[in-house]
Amino acid sequence: MDLGLTETQELLKNAAREFLENECPEQHVRDMEEDEKGYSPVLWQQMAEQGWQGLLIPEAHGGAGFDFLDLSVLLEEFGRALVPGPFMSTVLGGAVPLMEIGSDAQQAEFLPKIASGDLIFTLALTEPSARFDESGVQAKATVSGNEVTFDGTKLFVSDANVADYMIVAGRSAKGVTLGIVATQQAGVTINQLQTIARDKQCEVVLKGAKGQLLGTDGGGWAALQPVLQKYTVAECAYMVGLSQMDFEIAVDYAKERVQFGRPIGSFQAIQHKCADMVTDVDGSRFIMYKAAWAISSGQPAADTQIAVNMAKAWCSEATRRVVAHGQQIHGGIGFTKDYKIQLFFRRQKRAELAFGDSDFHREAVAQQLGL
Amino acid sequence: MDWSDSPEQANFRKEVRAFIQKELPERYRSGEDSGEELSGGWQADRKSEDPTKRDVAMAWADSLAKRGWIAPAWPKEYGGAGLTTIEQFIYNQEMAEAAAPMPGGMGVSMLGPTLIVHGTDEQKAEHLPKILSGEVAWAQGYSEPGAGSDLASLQTRAVRDGDEYVINGQKIWTSGGHLADWLFALVRTDAEAPKHRGISFVMMDIKSQGLSLRPLINMGWKHHFNETFFEDVRIPVKNRIGEENRGWYVGMTLLDFERSGIAGAISYKRGQGQIKKFLNTDEGKSFKRVDANMVRLELADRAIETEVLFNFAFRIVSIQNRGMVPNYEASVNKMFGSEVHQRLARSETKLWGLYGNVWDPKSKYAPMGAQHVQDYVGSVPHTIFSGSSEIQRNVIATRGLGLPRG
Ligand SMILES: Cc1cc2nc3c(=O)[nH]c(=O)nc-3n(C[C@H](O)[C@H](O)[C@H](O)COP(=O)(O)OP(=O)(O)OC[C@H]3O[C@@H](n4cnc5c(N)ncnc54)[C@H](O)[C@@H]3O)c2cc1C
Repeated sequence: MDLGLTETQELLKNAAREFLENECPEQHVRDMEEDEKGYSPVLWQQMAEQGWQGLLIPEAHGGAGFDFLDLSVLLEEFGRALVPGPFMSTVLGGAVPLMEIGSDAQQAEFLPKIASGDLIFTLALTEPSARFDESGVQAKATVSGNEVTFDGTKLFVSDANVADYMIVAGRSAKGVTLGIVATQQAGVTINQLQTIARDKQCEVVLKGAKGQLLGTDGGGWAALQPVLQKYTVAECAYMVGLSQMDFEIAVDYAKERVQFGRPIGSFQAIQHKCADMVTDVDGSRFIMYKAAWAISSGQPAADTQIAVNMAKAWCSEATRRVVAHGQQIHGGIGFTKDYKIQLFFRRQKRAELAFGDSDFHREAVAQQLGL
Repeated sequence: MDWSDSPEQANFRKEVRAFIQKELPERYRSGEDSGEELSGGWQADRKSEDPTKRDVAMAWADSLAKRGWIAPAWPKEYGGAGLTTIEQFIYNQEMAEAAAPMPGGMGVSMLGPTLIVHGTDEQKAEHLPKILSGEVAWAQGYSEPGAGSDLASLQTRAVRDGDEYVINGQKIWTSGGHLADWLFALVRTDAEAPKHRGISFVMMDIKSQGLSLRPLINMGWKHHFNETFFEDVRIPVKNRIGEENRGWYVGMTLLDFERSGIAGAISYKRGQGQIKKFLNTDEGKSFKRVDANMVRLELADRAIETEVLFNFAFRIVSIQNRGMVPNYEASVNKMFGSEVHQRLARSETKLWGLYGNVWDPKSKYAPMGAQHVQDYVGSVPHTIFSGSSEIQRNVIATRGLGLPRG
């Protein structure tokens, strides 16, 4: 029983923090909001040299062979630095499903290139129905041997604009079926959406788009469950780091900003907001790590599932409260584009909605508790 | 990060569990009479008119005492079990899981540790064994009508007269004073000094001449706390713990107790499980409101908050187990835990609609013995005592986050 980091995790965290403070400063985050691609290939390569894209990937495939809990530690730092780009898409949406259900050949083909930073992946799951449950997958999948052809529209697909491959979920006669689909082909049309976080989410229109079958025909939904669990917790980790930084910025500001002849942080109304912020951030951190630990250490399936749902239900709301307080504490300056706090506010909303917001996960918790 | 037991921890847990399984008296197994906070639980049994209640209370205390588990955190040389913080945590977890009553009260949690650190050998020899044997129960006389959150402004005077102090003044909110044998109190021994520097820590027999208690009935119509009056109460100077005028600091002493507050989270979770069971019975179904979907999601939120509270508790014990002292984290637990408690009681009461206002536990119209509406009232003071939620937030902001004091 211990809620502290291990030595390895400490090292990973410190290295990540130092690296990201240098290589992913606020200006980079801002630049990427306006950038067509939304990421820097130079930084992407540097991250691969740190071993991050391959952190989870087994050493045999060129990765570092760390576990999911370790990755969560790294992602907390990503949230703190608001790292833009296709990292989560590639790791959670690409490497993880390949590791879960990819054939030996598929793993050998793709995992080393993900680890080396040569391939970008994403997960094309949601559709215009914007649902995260099984019935949300309605795009047509036609299986023929090891090949699968997709027709339909996938929506809110992160980083499809720069991805080399997508893991696409479609529906065949046998049920949800996954495929590894190259984006550079005639049957794939990608349109970027403008979003609150100015990240790169896309509409992906598939017309006879072909790819390799991933897993079995009709076995896609079951295969996706561990992927969704990890992706959901990864979003929580990002929110934890993001809200921690938002909170730190707000507390610093409260110490410096003077009104009525004293720092606003000496006013109890501000102090109590700060106390609530740290409670929400810390609460988010541990409920997220509990879920990450449950996944990593292979706790019983039911315990893991409810831990994931609880984490996302809580983090989505708690970090929203944090960034709202962050804005309030800053007064008018917080509402300007030039000041940094709004970067956190806008990104929190993206993560809050991704893979189910509080309402979605709260309902799942209620069902599992038999309420 | 690891939420599971190490092999040693698992062994110790097994030991505690087996002990409870074997020794916990039948009367406490229902969980009905043991944890009833508004009426005093074990402390009340100990002084009950009913001899069987008294016998059961003492039998349980005896089995615990044999292992030093009345005061598991005290060092062995004083009759405790000298458990490490993580062992205390496991002990507290298992006792809470079983809803087993914890004898000892304030003698074990507050007076004993203070004596162990600051007491003379004579004081320790006189008082510690009686706390452990259950012979003497203690009450705490800190708060006064004019000194609540600002405790250091207390005014009860102790004037030295030879080798005695003469005490005059009033304490209030003295929990369990009517069940206690002795009182420990903070009194003012120097009226001129700055307020924290003129206070002494003293002990007195609650039957001392000139000391009187007047019951205060709480909003749950229960007699839990009292007013305590001192009219020329004379106590020997040797009943002072620590130096004269250093009582504030003596009172702040903390032994190496685990401070996770895990018992709260466990009882909330157990309560949620009991509701689920009850709702599956015919009786439960007859009480459940038809428009329960809103409250259903509210209860899911409460379950999630309980999970957050569990983690806060685990964090505290992790910090302690690493040999560090929790700072603002302990305030977070107290504040968040007491606020979850109130929200939980509110949501659980809401589940029963109109039946939620039946107070009589024995009424056939009281779902689950009216425990939720009773808790709705009973949880009210939890955000007040032991440092109110506002005080905790002040502490988190100033001591924890370094914000300037107002
Ligand atoms: C059930 C119960 C049992 C108790 N048992 C005991 C006992 O056994 N022995 C004992 O000595 N005492 C006991 N107490 C007393 C308890 O410690 C006090 O109630 C507590 O310290 C608060 O003091 P108060 O009631 O005077 O409220 P006040 O201090 O007057 O507070 C009133 C309100 O003002 C707020 N407030 C006060 N100061 C500040 C500030 N600086 N900033 C912001 N808000 C502030 C408080 O948060 C609260 O909301 C008990 C109390 C209760 C309710």
